[in-house]
Amino acid sequence: MKKIIAFMTAAVMTAGLLSGCGSSSAEATTAAETTAAATTAAETEAAAETEAAAAEAAQLKTVTDGILTMGTNAAFPPYEYYDGDKIVGIDAEVAEAVAEKLGLKLEIVDMDFSSIITSVQTGKVDIGVAGMTVTEERLQNVNFSDTYSTGVQVVIVPEDSQITDVDGLSGALIGVQEGTTGHIYCSDDYGEENVIAYTNGATAVQALLNGKIDCVVIDKQPALKFVEANPGLKILETAYVEEDYAIAVSKDNEALLAAINGALKELTEDGTVQKVLDTYIKAE
Amino acid sequence: MQKIIEGLRLGIYQTFILENNYKYFINGLGITLLVTASALILGLILGIFVAIVRSAHDQQPQNRRNPLLGILNIICRLYLTVIRGTPSMVQLLIMWFVIWASARATDGNMIRCAILSFGINSGAYIAEIVRSGIMSIDKGQMEAGRSLGLTYAATMKGVIIPQAFKNVLPALGNEMITLLKETSIVTVIGLKDLTKGAMIIQSKTYQALVPFLAIAAIYLVMVLFLTWVMDKVERRMRESDIR
Repeated sequence: MKKIIAFMTAAVMTAGLLSGCGSSSAEATTAAETTAAATTAAETEAAAETEAAAAEAAQLKTVTDGILTMGTNAAFPPYEYYDGDKIVGIDAEVAEAVAEKLGLKLEIVDMDFSSIITSVQTGKVDIGVAGMTVTEERLQNVNFSDTYSTGVQVVIVPEDSQITDVDGLSGALIGVQEGTTGHIYCSDDYGEENVIAYTNGATAVQALLNGKIDCVVIDKQPALKFVEANPGLKILETAYVEEDYAIAVSKDNEALLAAINGALKELTEDGTVQKVLDTYIKAE
Repeated sequence: MQKIIEGLRLGIYQTFILENNYKYFINGLGITLLVTASALILGLILGIFVAIVRSAHDQQPQNRRNPLLGILNIICRLYLTVIRGTPSMVQLLIMWFVIWASARATDGNMIRCAILSFGINSGAYIAEIVRSGIMSIDKGQMEAGRSLGLTYAATMKGVIIPQAFKNVLPALGNEMITLLKETSIVTVIGLKDLTKGAMIIQSKTYQALVPFLAIAAIYLVMVLFLTWVMDKVERRMRESDIR
């Protein structure tokens, strides 16, 4: 009797497994077909005049139809951070406004900063908005929109630190966020072995608080938030590097880039971008 | 087709040759191997100790139980429950940011933390593997050893453990493979192991295909080598079987 029951259980489980496999492979095929269709469409569109494609916003090709998917790293206040279970911040609001102009719905995906550009490249997301600076290497792999905000790389140190200005960084253990311009510049300037890359800024600041590292090089606005939240830290008065932030768009989607630039221009002219910046960045 | 080959060539160039990027793989591989090997040794020591305590306790006669062994057994069971019940990434983060919060982020400290964390983690799994081996040996073997005048320890060392070791080899090999691959999560504390090497290259060059396929191949080769070694050991041990 036991054997029969065992056999039946096994049979049911196998059937379950098989049916599970069946449905998922069917889904995969559909997905593949959709992607193939999208690629052909994108090619045709790219071949056509960019202006013509940009004119009709509703016809923009995105990863998911009708949705503008944005990749970001939501540990970067005030540009993007979690408020409850929602990602908010300057980038989120600017992207929201852009999506609205384009007649699309915005969807935000949280990921490691270093994965954002690869995700844009491979078509996992439509745009990367993460306080991202335009650099030569990045331009080789993605297109960037016009800049919507400027940033400064600053140095966070403990209040009683020996480091008093940027020159003091040589020989110190520097914490950075992996893949950020701070990471790239510090590795070049002070040597790979002195730079510890964390997957997000908050972990780097935690390591600084524990005394694991001597300083953190990160963008100014998040730095201000981190210092505000953690007593005992301060920002060095001399800035490390100044830079421009822009939206990353796949090289295969010129139409989307043109449309975003158009939307950004309008939003800058009617003061929406400035209003968003003012809401999050208090005047000093 | 031409475009794909061109892209692949650029990917390989940027991943390995540009700015001596191949060094990330070599240094990372060294750290991965160091962490794995040291954690394995620590895990084996911890695991065998815990397994002996647990099985010695369980094999006592019902009416005569050693109270000291009882306390040790409770501690071991607590260790197994906590370590097997929490993700190893969480254990690593706790070890680095809570227990050893004062450590400076030098490579040496990060490696020590990773070895300690993975060793303790692996010890819990090895303990249960080794215990299953000890329990699998027939009670008669212990009785025979004891009736021949051997002490408990001598019987364990000379009769039970050698047989148990042979029985648990496949499971132990499995644990070694798991450990090797699991060390890739040390990236969260900033240690530059093999996986971190590929992630850094990805963040520098924005190439994903070549670096990740490359480390996948390296991990695979290491696992194949481990499997081959374990096969050899197993075959050597089976030679003494008369069946």
